[in-house]
Amino acid sequence: MKVLLSKPGLDGHDVGVKVLAYAVKDAGFEVAYSGLRKSIEEIVEKATDIKADVIGLSILSGSHLILCEKMRDVMSKSGLTIPWLVGGNIPHGDVDTLINLGAAAAFPTGTTVEEVVHYLKEIE
Amino acid sequence: MADKENNAVHKKKVTLESGIEVKPLYTREDMQDSEADKSIPGQYPFTRGIHPEMYRKRPFTIRQYAGFASPEETNKRFKFLIENGQTGLNVAFDLPTQCGLNSDNPRSLGEVGRVGMSVDTLDDFEIAFDGIDLNKITVSLTINGAAIVLMAMYFALAEKRGYDVKTLRGTAQNDILKEFIGRGTWIFPVDPSVKLVVDTVEYCANHVPKYSPVSVCGYHIRESGANPVQEMAYAFCIAKTYTDETLKRGIDIDEFASRLSFNFDIYGNLFEQIAKFRGGRRLWAKIIREDYNAKNDKSSWMRMIAGGGGGGLTKEQPENNIIRSSYYALISALSGTQTMALCSYDEAYTIPTEKAAELSLRTMQILIHEMGICDTVDPLGGSYYVEALTDRLEKEIREEMKTVKKMGGMVEAVASGKIQEKVSHQAYDRELGIQNGEIPKVGVNIFQKDEDPKPVEFHKYNADAANYQIEKLQQIKAKRNEEQVQSCLEKLKADCMQNVNLMPTVIEAVKAYTTVGEIIHVMKDVYGEYEEPIFF
Repeated sequence: MKVLLSKPGLDGHDVGVKVLAYAVKDAGFEVAYSGLRKSIEEIVEKATDIKADVIGLSILSGSHLILCEKMRDVMSKSGLTIPWLVGGNIPHGDVDTLINLGAAAAFPTGTTVEEVVHYLKEIE
Repeated sequence: MADKENNAVHKKKVTLESGIEVKPLYTREDMQDSEADKSIPGQYPFTRGIHPEMYRKRPFTIRQYAGFASPEETNKRFKFLIENGQTGLNVAFDLPTQCGLNSDNPRSLGEVGRVGMSVDTLDDFEIAFDGIDLNKITVSLTINGAAIVLMAMYFALAEKRGYDVKTLRGTAQNDILKEFIGRGTWIFPVDPSVKLVVDTVEYCANHVPKYSPVSVCGYHIRESGANPVQEMAYAFCIAKTYTDETLKRGIDIDEFASRLSFNFDIYGNLFEQIAKFRGGRRLWAKIIREDYNAKNDKSSWMRMIAGGGGGGLTKEQPENNIIRSSYYALISALSGTQTMALCSYDEAYTIPTEKAAELSLRTMQILIHEMGICDTVDPLGGSYYVEALTDRLEKEIREEMKTVKKMGGMVEAVASGKIQEKVSHQAYDRELGIQNGEIPKVGVNIFQKDEDPKPVEFHKYNADAANYQIEKLQQIKAKRNEEQVQSCLEKLKADCMQNVNLMPTVIEAVKAYTTVGEIIHVMKDVYGEYEEPIFF
């Protein structure tokens, strides 16, 4: 399974997403990373190009709702049907909203790297 | 039974994060080759502090990070902090401003005013600093990629208000090399990015001599996964890069070195941090005097802001962070810091509330006024352990600086992504260490308790305020002299291509109310944008 980890928006906090990338790799998955400050369009395009099986969005600036609305729109336009996940600084109260926007899972603040890896193993 | 346990404790190896082994006992013998005995505060190489009397004469400056949404709200918060005894301001900017984008840029959607103050034109600075005497309070601008523009705005504001910029004090973070390692608000490729920093250093040396144009940040490098030795070593290599480039402009070392300052992280082992600062301060003094032949002692001062340690704070049992931050404040004071800022206890999961920010302020005030921390200089000086560790840290930092040289120097090490790869892998190792309990964290992997997840709160994103900011921008654009703006931008493009110092033209441009986004856009046209090395 190929996982594309990405940093949408302007947020520059990338320690968490890089730590996750190592963990996902160690768990035996193939990992690609978008780099910082990509638009949702660029991320979806990259997922298509590299034939990713799942997309992870890492957002810590608080703009997850706005960015995930955009994700829903761009995904539906692209016709890509792979699952996408959100993590970072996500309030527990926003999880349901994110799921309703189409996220397969939303990992709120305090989620461990192990929990995300476990989730990926389950959907593999 | 108790004896057996004690024995076990004695036999257990204790290794600091920097890889240094700690003995159960230190004695006079551990200080035999130490420079400690000769060390006098206020005298080269400044191990015991850069001033002879340190806090006895004046306590460290308290400078909490603040900046909210609109310039109007920021102005209110500044006044609140000043009324409560804060002596310096530390301005946070929103992400569009930090990345050089205007509020009405589509990429700014949802980010305007979110993590700090939104700035499009000089008008925003005029609002934010209204009623604040720039000579009475020192302002620190936390800006990097777009620093040249925001510094230009600050100088333009001061000039417009009739201050003599020759006496203007303040600090800009303006350390772009660390942005490539951590924090991530880079804009241009590495070489032109460094060139812009040097433009500001050169300009300040010639025109705004009391201003500190760069605060080199080990802080974010440490937060990204570096250990304490690497934090200091990489920061020094970065500072040396700016120094080397400034010297190439024909400016004497003593004309600018004293205006370079540092921003460091605190979390981790108490004594390792103190020794890191004392050893680092001694090493930096030697580098500036021995490698650069500085004549003025002030040039070799390692002036710093320290106190925060976000990486040490936890979302679990967040009240514990109040205790952690109190220790960080103590460490920072025992290390002879010039300025202190603490992370607020709720910062691990939210933008600090006013109450939490006030607690940070009170923590520092209690330390200054109740604990006797200011009574005598470098109270740990002469401790066998601290002095031995100080010597060791100095040596280790010097060694680590050589590894950067082996990577081809700091610019190359950052452009190739080698440093980023190294520290991010260490961050992963640290995460594993916390997961498996090797690195004890109270409330996380020991002494946990069941608790409800903490409500994560962001400052409520105020779409109305964002729209108001965009409206204001449009009004300014309609009011300003468009011809003047365009001619400034053309001049700027020509300056970029001719490789001259951009600062004078940027100052002219901001005075004409040219926007941050317009200025950065012209620079991008000439310099291009940084392409992040991906190592997965």
